[in-house]
Amino acid sequence: MSSSDVARQPDPSRSLSLSGHVGFDSLPDQLVNKSTCQGFCFNILCIGETGIGKSTLMDTLFNTNFENFEASHFEPQVKLRAQTYDLQESNVRLRLTVVNTVGFGDQMNKQESYQPVVDYIDRQFESYLQEELKIKRSLHSYHDSRVHACLYFISPTGHSLKSLDLVTMKKLDSKVNIIPVIAKADTISKSELHKFKIKIMSELVSNGVQIYQFPLDDETVAQVNTAMNGLLPFAVVGSTEEVSVGNKMVKARQYPWGVVQVENETHCDFVKLREMLICVNMEDLREQTHTAHYELYRRCKLEEMGFKDTDPESKPVSLQETYEAKRQEFLLELQKREEEMRQMFVQRVKEKESELKDSERELQNRFEQLKRLHADEKAALEEKRRLLEDDQSSFGKRRAAAQLLAAQNLTSNGKKDKDRKNSGFM
Amino acid sequence: MIERPETAVPSIAQRNLEGYVGFANLPNQVYRKSVKRGFEFTLMVVGESGLGKSTLINSLFLTDLYSKDYPGPSQRIKKTVQVEQSKVLIKEGGVQLTLTIVDTPGFGDAVDNSNCWQPVINYIDSKCEDFLNAESRVNRRLMPDNRVHCCLYFIAPSGHGLKPLDIEFMKRLHDKVNVIPLIAKADTLTPEECQLFKKQIMKEIQEHKIKIYEFPDTEDDEDSKLIRRIKEKMPLAVVGSNVVIEVNGRKVRGRQYPWGVAEVENGEHCDFTVLRNMLIRTHMQDLKDVTNNVHYENYRSRKLAAVTCNGVDASKARGTLTKSPLAQMEEERREHVMKMKKMETEMEQVFDMKVKEKKQKLKDSEAELERRHEQMKKNLDAQYKELDEKRRVFEDEKVNWEAQQRILEQQKLDASKTMEKNKKKGKIF
Repeated sequence: MSSSDVARQPDPSRSLSLSGHVGFDSLPDQLVNKSTCQGFCFNILCIGETGIGKSTLMDTLFNTNFENFEASHFEPQVKLRAQTYDLQESNVRLRLTVVNTVGFGDQMNKQESYQPVVDYIDRQFESYLQEELKIKRSLHSYHDSRVHACLYFISPTGHSLKSLDLVTMKKLDSKVNIIPVIAKADTISKSELHKFKIKIMSELVSNGVQIYQFPLDDETVAQVNTAMNGLLPFAVVGSTEEVSVGNKMVKARQYPWGVVQVENETHCDFVKLREMLICVNMEDLREQTHTAHYELYRRCKLEEMGFKDTDPESKPVSLQETYEAKRQEFLLELQKREEEMRQMFVQRVKEKESELKDSERELQNRFEQLKRLHADEKAALEEKRRLLEDDQSSFGKRRAAAQLLAAQNLTSNGKKDKDRKNSGFM
Repeated sequence: MIERPETAVPSIAQRNLEGYVGFANLPNQVYRKSVKRGFEFTLMVVGESGLGKSTLINSLFLTDLYSKDYPGPSQRIKKTVQVEQSKVLIKEGGVQLTLTIVDTPGFGDAVDNSNCWQPVINYIDSKCEDFLNAESRVNRRLMPDNRVHCCLYFIAPSGHGLKPLDIEFMKRLHDKVNVIPLIAKADTLTPEECQLFKKQIMKEIQEHKIKIYEFPDTEDDEDSKLIRRIKEKMPLAVVGSNVVIEVNGRKVRGRQYPWGVAEVENGEHCDFTVLRNMLIRTHMQDLKDVTNNVHYENYRSRKLAAVTCNGVDASKARGTLTKSPLAQMEEERREHVMKMKKMETEMEQVFDMKVKEKKQKLKDSEAELERRHEQMKKNLDAQYKELDEKRRVFEDEKVNWEAQQRILEQQKLDASKTMEKNKKKGKIF
């Protein structure tokens, strides 16, 4: 869809009448031929509990056999599985992407069940937005993966919606066109069904859930759309097996008590769903996704990123100015960060330096202390040594004196003896 | 959590339908919606005055776009090149078309025509700019498409070739808008002259590498044959007329001459019908698509590249064109973060190393200090020991000597005692 087709306002230009056939009434045909050549694309998301019949319904709806995986009830988290198929009906090529939820409603705690779905839808929007914002972009050849329709499968309890249903639909109603369907409708009787539908619609209304309404602006389809809007939600039955009814083979489910024919409008609303979803309003679903849901996402995203249409003085700001301003801001921020980091390092270096200086000083002190200790010890040693020397010298003196005395005594004694000896001789 | 990576091209399987589905009705849905929306088209006509531009427009759209009440630009006196637009709403077969005709009175009329294309370029660019701004708003709602979808360039029927102004203009505009050159007032050329003139013009167009509007290839054989025939007739030689004349009982638009009537819609007289069919009946949508997908995108990428690559040199800029300016900033931010991380680790390394060095030095001097201290202590201890030993020896010696002295003293005492005794005994006289 080219961005020039988003919306046009009626122009207050003058009307002129033509005096002949100009030929621009072929414009819609030119447009259609182009689109048909390019091929169409449609993305449908099915949300519902495991085993509720999503894959079967898709197979029945598109009259083909998509790759189906039987899911277990023990998935720890809700996952989404997307598969893309190329289909062709007469000369119209359709690239269909079917997205199924796996494990929805199986967990004990279902509080976060809707999150993977919301994330998936947002991712497709984001992908488109990124492409749209690129400098060199190729929107006309972009494979549009945005979800165009969301079939929400309601369990045929016959009573009311489950709280999981309400919570999920509330989270999704501003992001995607929600078409609720009552699954396995062959388990509900007609009267129960009527009450069930009324209950569901009133619950949706009272909870403020916006489901997709078939458009009424085009006179050619307004009538049928109005009627169908009143029959929502559609109660569907899916089957790919054929049963012989009368002399035809029809898609049906065979029970001991009878055959539920999928395409019999008295048995279920399958035909209505196919009519509305595919035949009549497929293009509108795509348009709504692009002009309403995607625009909302885009607006929120851009506002989040700080873009505004007018600057604080309420003057309109062009895209260039915004980008330039952002770029300036961005560069300043980078510079600031660098500065901060540098500052931090300078700080650390200072701190560490002072720490080391302290250690040095401490060491120095210790050194001084030890020196002093050593000096003291040395002094003590010297003192001791001196004491010893004093003692030694005083002892030496004593000894010398004693020896002298002894020597004197000896000589005097010797003299005495000698005298004695000598006196004895006389 | 999606099981298939979305960035990869989805693997696409073919499926055959086993019955009625109904999406074959999609084209009808598209048709319905497009009719409801209505269509827009902006056509620009450029050429010297008097070449019959207004008349041609009136003939093309079978209406009096320019009339007594709204006179064509050539009826007005102008001094410089103007760009004027007229918007009209025309309806046919339930289809509503808002047609904008952009005229350029004064083009090529001055004596000095250098830069006379500038107002035209400015106009085209300003419409693209308007669209770009509208498309880039946060709140987008009404986006009227006023971009110029087609530019009919009128070549004067000189019969010789293109004038320098023609070449210059087309060269400057072929990148901005779909250019369709026309030979104006073709009723002044005989068929042979016309043939030669066309050949000459096409030759010159190719020589100067001018890209005029090209018809897209189709898969349909019939259509390709048609397109080839049209291509052979390029540039189309046209004649326009506001007057309806009766010829052989038929009412036709034409120009009455004494020698006959040049019918506008007669394929043998001129290529008008070819132009009308091509421009309006078969390729109007394609002209819009080429404008949107090629010319506008060129303008946009030039404009946005200028914004984001401010200060970035061209060689770096090349790889950035595949991203949006914001994604570009994100990438730059990431690069910067990595750079900072690297810087940080480097600075950390240097810091750690220096700290280690310093600490090691400190440790070494501490060890040295310890070692010296130990040594000195050892030394001192040895000295102490030595001293103690000396002291001990000394003490021993002293004690011994004192003991000896005491013995000697005792001996002496004993001796003197004995002597006394002996004396007393008279042994000694």
